Amino acid sequence: MTLSLNGIVGRGEFERMLDISVADGEVLAITGPNGSGKSTVIHTIAGLIPLRSGKLQSDGTTWDEPATNTWIASENRTCAVVFQDIRLFAHMSVISNVAYGLRARGVRKDEALSRSETLLARVGLTSFGNRRPNDISGGERQRVALARALVLEPRVLLLDEPLSAVDAASRSGLRELLPELLSGFAGSTILVSHDPADVEALASATLQF
Amino acid sequence: MRVWGTVSDVAVQRRELKFKKPGIDRFFHFVVTTGALVSLLVLGLIAVFLFLRGFQIFKDMGLSFITGSLWEGTGAPGEPTTYGIAPMLVGSIVLSLVAVVIALPLSVAAALFIEFYTAPRLKKFLVSLLDLAAAIPSVIYGLWGFFILAPRATEWAISLNHLFGWFPLFHVPAPFFDGSPFIGGMVLAVMIAPIITSVAREVFSQTPPDQISAAHALGGRKWSAIRYVALPFGRSGIIGGAMLGLGRALGETVAIYLVVNIAFKTNLNILFTGSGNIASMIALKFGEASQYEVKALLAAGFVLFAFTLAVNMFATYIVNLSKRKSA
Amino acid sequence: MTTPQKPWKKSVGLRLLDGGFAVLGLTLSGLVVLTSPMAGPEAVGFVAIPVIAIINFLRVFREGATARMNALATTLIMSAFLFLITPWLSVMGTVVSRGRAAIYSGFFTHDMRITPPKSALDMGGIKHAIIGTVIMVLLASIISVPLGILSGVYVTEIRGRFTGLVRFITQAMSGVPSIVAGLFVYSTFVLFFESYSGIAGAISLAILMIPTVARTSEEVLKLVSEDLRFAGYALGSTQSRNVFKVVLPTVRSGLVTSAVLGVARVAGETAPLLMTAQYFIASKTNPFDGPIASLPTYIFNMFQTGNRNSVDRAWGAALVLLGLVFVLFTFARVVTSARRRR
Repeated sequence: MTLSLNGIVGRGEFERMLDISVADGEVLAITGPNGSGKSTVIHTIAGLIPLRSGKLQSDGTTWDEPATNTWIASENRTCAVVFQDIRLFAHMSVISNVAYGLRARGVRKDEALSRSETLLARVGLTSFGNRRPNDISGGERQRVALARALVLEPRVLLLDEPLSAVDAASRSGLRELLPELLSGFAGSTILVSHDPADVEALASATLQF
Repeated sequence: MRVWGTVSDVAVQRRELKFKKPGIDRFFHFVVTTGALVSLLVLGLIAVFLFLRGFQIFKDMGLSFITGSLWEGTGAPGEPTTYGIAPMLVGSIVLSLVAVVIALPLSVAAALFIEFYTAPRLKKFLVSLLDLAAAIPSVIYGLWGFFILAPRATEWAISLNHLFGWFPLFHVPAPFFDGSPFIGGMVLAVMIAPIITSVAREVFSQTPPDQISAAHALGGRKWSAIRYVALPFGRSGIIGGAMLGLGRALGETVAIYLVVNIAFKTNLNILFTGSGNIASMIALKFGEASQYEVKALLAAGFVLFAFTLAVNMFATYIVNLSKRKSA
Repeated sequence: MTTPQKPWKKSVGLRLLDGGFAVLGLTLSGLVVLTSPMAGPEAVGFVAIPVIAIINFLRVFREGATARMNALATTLIMSAFLFLITPWLSVMGTVVSRGRAAIYSGFFTHDMRITPPKSALDMGGIKHAIIGTVIMVLLASIISVPLGILSGVYVTEIRGRFTGLVRFITQAMSGVPSIVAGLFVYSTFVLFFESYSGIAGAISLAILMIPTVARTSEEVLKLVSEDLRFAGYALGSTQSRNVFKVVLPTVRSGLVTSAVLGVARVAGETAPLLMTAQYFIASKTNPFDGPIASLPTYIFNMFQTGNRNSVDRAWGAALVLLGLVFVLFTFARVVTSARRRR
């Protein structure tokens, strides 16, 4: 069992009791209407908002446990997030965006760049390295965001509506790419989506909000 | 067709009604416009007046008013009279540059500290402290500079000269270290640092929190998030703040007058005694100036005014640019 | 939007550990300074920054390159901050500690008419300087506050043909060196009447105040929502009625703040007053009657006199001036925060 979350997540007035566990190679889909708190789960696991109570564990390491005042800072968790609103760094080139996490973890510059290039090739953006996020299409930005997360080789991959910020034309391309990327991914994945078709295509288990 | 015509008639009538202002409104407009124009006039007049009064000097001295380094005579007939402000112009620039070079890195770091390393309540207190530090009158900074900073800074200058004297900037022709551009620049640095710090902090505070949390979620520590997100985002704000500080330093009078040995000479050895800026020169000379010399001082004032104005305009432009970017 | 809330703050123990290492660094630097030709507390500071940076760097050495960079950067940022606030605290501390010596019961009720600057500190005072400052600042406010606010109203409410120009000029003039304003008034007013005077001083201060008041009142007036304005018009109100009964009352406290900040800015101005009002040893209330004292020029003069007691007097007046600026600032802040709460 790789990732397990048993407790209450919440933001502001909103609270929800959860008991989930995701094994290696498994994709847990969380579905539900907008505003039902799906993103809150993602942000809690990523360490951007605190767990209200209970326990969050990965690979036997406790990330959050309010009862014992255990908190692992966001940057020290072996997870990577693809945000719903993408959040690329607008002032950096595409390749620097992808390499950011590696550089932040202390990987040497040339190695970080070459690994980033490999990842960009895998998401089909081979010659995009020097472009700026504002100069590429929404679908391409989403691919960069995927590469930026996957290049870290995280144990936990958190995908927040990876297809929602994308126009219909690029969506079909991403629909083909995502299963390919996920099947090659060894860790646990949590996918948030409100689209039953995506869930059908990608998930090995589903949690209805 | 008939119906359409009626509708537009009504509309026209309405519009006319709206445009006929009642008398009280016309009076109100008159008062407000007059007030605005009076302030416009007062402020615009200064620039025009300085230029017109100084014009005779610009005409008489030509370009040597800027490039010359002699200030002699009263303009009485038969007396050789030359006015050139080069030493003081250079002095203004050297003093302000020393100030900005010292203040900028410290201010940016302090802004980062206040914005990203402090709890909200401490942050609020420190922001008030910044405002207050920016409001301390320059005569008090001058007093403090003379009695508290200068004795210590002279020691530092001696050590600097001891270590780096081979470098032309830190060379001194004779062992006199008091009242140097270095010390004057340090006092200016203390004075402008609050301005740079608050502008930089304000820009940093507009860094999108989404981007910072994205940086953390990808494994970035605090420094990494600052280095790759906050600093690039705030770059133009930092430059703008530095320019605003530069503008303030360029026009400073009293602090320089009290701390620096005002000497009418071009001094590029920043550790060596004696320097001055245009503002302090005006304060020094106006009392005993002849009518013609007053015109020369007005011309110098115009040069200072134009220079500061250009720096400030540029600074405002850059700060606004970064504000628009974040909006 | 997710603002990271942080329960994962450093624990008290970790903070103590950080502090302990900082103390260790300071002690080490102290030892270094004692065994070298350098001297003084500031030398310890200079040495301590790199020493503590290196200590923190080594503490996280095993955690990898980014941890090391992070430790280094954190130490440097904190030291730079401490380095920077030291002079400000020093200024305020010195003014208080040295200024206290000059202040006695008669400091506010005597002037320097019969007291030479070098006489003992239980004689003479700053009554004349306070009166002069109050008169000139008051006159400057009477001139500049209405003009500044009218400019703000013009730019935000009337938006006439000169809007761009008014905005440009006020923006440009707010950065004008104060000596330039002084020089302007000197070469017109003072030379024409062949006399320094309080009114000349007030005019030079007003020139510096107008842009401050105009800009801050524009900022404040811009915050009035368009809905509120249109609501007035929709009820058939005239524009003047609307401005006086709706717009201006809503932002009254903001306008007070803008005036107070303008006063705070000019109350400590020295250079323009040296050129326009000069200095006078006795109290006077007539701004048309020759040179007149003010707190900044009093400080300047006592400093220039240069003997021990006169310098102490300068510090005493500096304490009063700083206190005045502080009170004005606190007042502006209280008014502003009262408005926010409403």
